[in-house]
Amino acid sequence: MSDILLDIAPSAPVAEPSSFGKRLLRKPLALISMLWLGAVVIGASFASKLAPYDPLDQDLLGVKQYPSAAHWLGTDALGSDIFSRLLYGAWPTITGVAQAVIVAGVLGIGLGVTSGYFGGRFDRWTSQVVDLVLSLPTIVVLLSVLAVFHHDVLAAMVTVGLIGSAGMIRVVRSVTMGVRGELYIEAARISGLTDTSIMIRHVLPRILGPVLVQLSLFAAVTVLIETGISFLGLGVPPPDPSWGGMIADAAVNINDFPWLLVPSGGAAALTILAFGLLGDSARDAAAEGWARPSVAPRRAAAPLATTMPLDFDVAALLSLRGLTLTATGAPRPIVNNFSLDLKPGETLGIVGESGSGKTMTILSLIGLLPRGMHVEVGVMRLAGEIIDLRDESALREQRGHTIGMIFQEPMSALDPCFTVEHHIAEVLHRFEKLSRSQAHARVIELLAQVKIPHPEDVAKKYPHQISGGMAQRVAIARALAPKPKVLLADEPTTALDVTVQSEILELLRSLSLSRGMAVILVTHDWGVVADICDRAAVLYRGDLLECADVVELFHDPKHPYTQALLKSNPHSAPVGAPLPTIQETLARMSGGAA
Amino acid sequence: MSFLQLRDLHVVYKQFHGREAHVLKGINLSIAQGETLGLVGESGSGKTTIGKTILGQTLATRGQILFDGEDITHASHHRRRELGRDIQVVFQDPYGSLNPARTIGQTLAEPLLAVPNLSRADVQTRIRDILHKVGMPEDTAARYPGQFSGGQRQRIAIARAVIGEPKLVVCDEPVSALDLSVQAQVLNLLNQLQREMGLSLLFISHDLAVVRHVSRRTAVLYRGEIVEEGLAVDIHDNPQHPYTQALIAASPIPDPVAQRARREQMRRERAATN
Repeated sequence: MSDILLDIAPSAPVAEPSSFGKRLLRKPLALISMLWLGAVVIGASFASKLAPYDPLDQDLLGVKQYPSAAHWLGTDALGSDIFSRLLYGAWPTITGVAQAVIVAGVLGIGLGVTSGYFGGRFDRWTSQVVDLVLSLPTIVVLLSVLAVFHHDVLAAMVTVGLIGSAGMIRVVRSVTMGVRGELYIEAARISGLTDTSIMIRHVLPRILGPVLVQLSLFAAVTVLIETGISFLGLGVPPPDPSWGGMIADAAVNINDFPWLLVPSGGAAALTILAFGLLGDSARDAAAEGWARPSVAPRRAAAPLATTMPLDFDVAALLSLRGLTLTATGAPRPIVNNFSLDLKPGETLGIVGESGSGKTMTILSLIGLLPRGMHVEVGVMRLAGEIIDLRDESALREQRGHTIGMIFQEPMSALDPCFTVEHHIAEVLHRFEKLSRSQAHARVIELLAQVKIPHPEDVAKKYPHQISGGMAQRVAIARALAPKPKVLLADEPTTALDVTVQSEILELLRSLSLSRGMAVILVTHDWGVVADICDRAAVLYRGDLLECADVVELFHDPKHPYTQALLKSNPHSAPVGAPLPTIQETLARMSGGAA
Repeated sequence: MSFLQLRDLHVVYKQFHGREAHVLKGINLSIAQGETLGLVGESGSGKTTIGKTILGQTLATRGQILFDGEDITHASHHRRRELGRDIQVVFQDPYGSLNPARTIGQTLAEPLLAVPNLSRADVQTRIRDILHKVGMPEDTAARYPGQFSGGQRQRIAIARAVIGEPKLVVCDEPVSALDLSVQAQVLNLLNQLQREMGLSLLFISHDLAVVRHVSRRTAVLYRGEIVEEGLAVDIHDNPQHPYTQALIAASPIPDPVAQRARREQMRRERAATN
């Protein structure tokens, strides 16, 4: 009793929020990348103090030396100290990357967000310019710029930034358009926020992840372009040190002194790698602040063994014993020791609130549990056959054939590319050998059975041409096609209007009675249970609280939770008085009992 | 004294190939200060569109919306932003209506941006007070929406709606995404806030039982027209219009004996008409 009270109290959120920077530093790859990039920046900025030699000093007696105590990274073809040249040479690369990234970032985010947020004519113009820029050959443009501005790295990198911003605008625009339609944007607008304010407060934080990835990848590419320009001798004029120039030297001497390529090429490669890894980590860290943890992968299945006492009800059509479901990482089972018996023609309701495990229970009966969820124990006897629920291949055989299923969203259960007839015929062909005309006749017959008027016409329609209620009827007809003995229905009417719901429930009830088909109906709606169920099981956080005849359950509920839940229904409450909430009812009851 | 008034409101959506969808066909409604008006209808009845025109998300094709005597049907962009202080909204989906990348405190501060002469400390006090009022723990402000359940998020969404002390709140199906146990808490909260703050509420729902519980007056909407309007209790217990009767007959009541009797009667009626 008190256990339940504790459980219902609003759950305290677990993780303490931490700042973006802290989360980023906790990632080892991000830390290593930042250390490297930091070292490069510091090395380049303080090259004059850190470098042991002047980068232009030549020592023709000590050319092409391997690393030594005097020259940490050896000397080059002219006898200059490679380490010193590497430090000085980092500067043009670092500034070049910064220039290009700033240009691309400012233009890309600014234009991308505004055109994605406002849409319309501005968006169309921007997109056309972006298309134009993307079709330009970068290298040719760059070479012509350098032909005009001799050895002007700034001009070259601003050009790179301009061209790169086109890609940025595209990415930013499309993620912004995804965010634009969200309800919270609508709410902010209604609250009176200006468009600028909405873009800064709501759009920017949401698109931060993709933007950071895009920027860091762009930075990596820019390192490549900058060194490429110097490699070609168009950037920093030799003999001034630059990474590209050093790689060019190494290329000349690649046959007799290959070591020369290692420091310069390695520095460039590591920098490119660091930018890429940093971007990935930054995206993850940005999302971790608000995203839920992802589902852990499915654990290896435990060996099959039947150690259960098999006290099946032999009169039952379906008899389930000891079903226990667990999720990876969850402290308690999702469903705990659930048993039920189902007679032919009987409709059993499984009632519970979200998170009670009601849907998982029936999904486990046809082996359709989502990733990360698995059957710990569970055996069922279905139409005389005993099946271990951990044995997915055995369940696959029963799926559709002996047990059928319908879902909450009838529209998403149907493929928009195929006609109604195709959906049902597909199932028929899977289980029987039928000719085209036989299959057609069966489809029409099934559609008539689910009380669809003009079945010949409806059979030719596509899912988007029929209403939600009609789609649910089609889904039922498809489930009925292989003549299942048990039909599982997961909230089949929750997405439908009440008038349509009433008809679908009537249909389910009459089909169940006329065919002797048992129905398990999962729902949160006590009205639906009262309407068509013979018996109902109440599930609360994976525990079966009680299972009884519905008349008994409604008029004399045994468990306090059931009593409290029934009381909080506005149907039965007096108008004007506050509704009794579950917490209050349970507290009063436990107070009375103590 | 009615303080929100809709006069002969029409909304026509333009569709492809020059076709038009007449979503609202001459709606007349009024809400008095401090009153809750329930608006019931099924999907496609236009109930959400009514809310949207009041909030300025959809433009009326014809007719008038009077708010506190002022015609706001074609309010300017600037005036609309100011109206945000007086007219607020609670959406159905508590998961989509809070920005997952912003803390609850940041979200709650937004409606207060428009309030002049409010210091940082004042904003923090208001946030603390409102969180207390909707029954959320104090440290909520520093957390992200991802750490809360649907019912808790809906409380936060309600807190955002009322923190600026608006005069009217449009509640569009505020409890239909919630569990029964949570639904009761949220309905009680809305009722309590309405009394304490003297709010006017437009409560849009498909569920007559819920509407009967929160509103004294109810209007039933069917295909863009109001087919019945009156005291919620009367409409629920003694519906006049055939559509309202069908709506009430179709919604199952949580009592197996009574519901089975209704079901039997429905079957007999159907058999008789066939």
